[in-house]
Amino acid sequence: MENKTKINAEDGKQDLVITREFDLPLELLFKAYVEPEIVEQWMGTKVLLLESKKYGSYQFETTDPTGNKHGFNGVIHDFILNEKITRTFEMENTPFPVWLEYLEFERLSSDTSKLTMHVVYKSAALRDQLLQLPFAQGINWAHNRLQEIVTKLK
Amino acid sequence: MNLRRDVFQAIADPTRRAILLLVASQSMTAGAIAANFDTARPTVSKHLQILTECELLKQEQNGREIHYYINAKKMKAVAEFIEPFRQMWDDRFNKLEAIMKNYKPDQ
Repeated sequence: MENKTKINAEDGKQDLVITREFDLPLELLFKAYVEPEIVEQWMGTKVLLLESKKYGSYQFETTDPTGNKHGFNGVIHDFILNEKITRTFEMENTPFPVWLEYLEFERLSSDTSKLTMHVVYKSAALRDQLLQLPFAQGINWAHNRLQEIVTKLK
Repeated sequence: MNLRRDVFQAIADPTRRAILLLVASQSMTAGAIAANFDTARPTVSKHLQILTECELLKQEQNGREIHYYINAKKMKAVAEFIEPFRQMWDDRFNKLEAIMKNYKPDQ
């Protein structure tokens, strides 16, 4: 079966593109990025702040299985309802420089939609490093519930 | 880690990924592989060289011909290497989809 989520990371470039088609109307897909309670559920993180508007900002806090808290934050540069979100993303207390995320939401049919997430890193080397992070560490930096379950099984 | 990065860069190129897909079904000569692409033969040779150097492809002498075939072991390592990142997003998006399918507006 073909993978629903695709990653395109070209040789030596400092960006990558994540695409995914959803069996959801465009409005519902977009809402999942705007409503804090919904973001919390699927991102597996606590949402401390989420101002979904131009000049807005956000702050997430994730607790890993060992109880350590990890902060994430960014500012929202562009926000067009049901169309796009442009934002920065920073992993606090890590050596990784902030990166830029261009999220584009498209209607495919009345009940299907597509997300294109274009992520631009400071350098190609940093992109590769971050791409390898879930592999290298065996953990998710914004760990999901799956991770918790795996930890409990150990 | 260096080796992994080379492999990663090798598969990041769309032509090289297409070559891997082609050879995955059967071993092929350089000429047969090149016939599938509009790109110049030397360019395809260069791609084959890179894929061979990072051990994604292996060569086998078959009479006068050299056949290229997939190094399954190495391919598996690559898939495992890039896969967790994709899987992480796939898990999140699956969750998002499931949540929104059951979404009922409050009022």
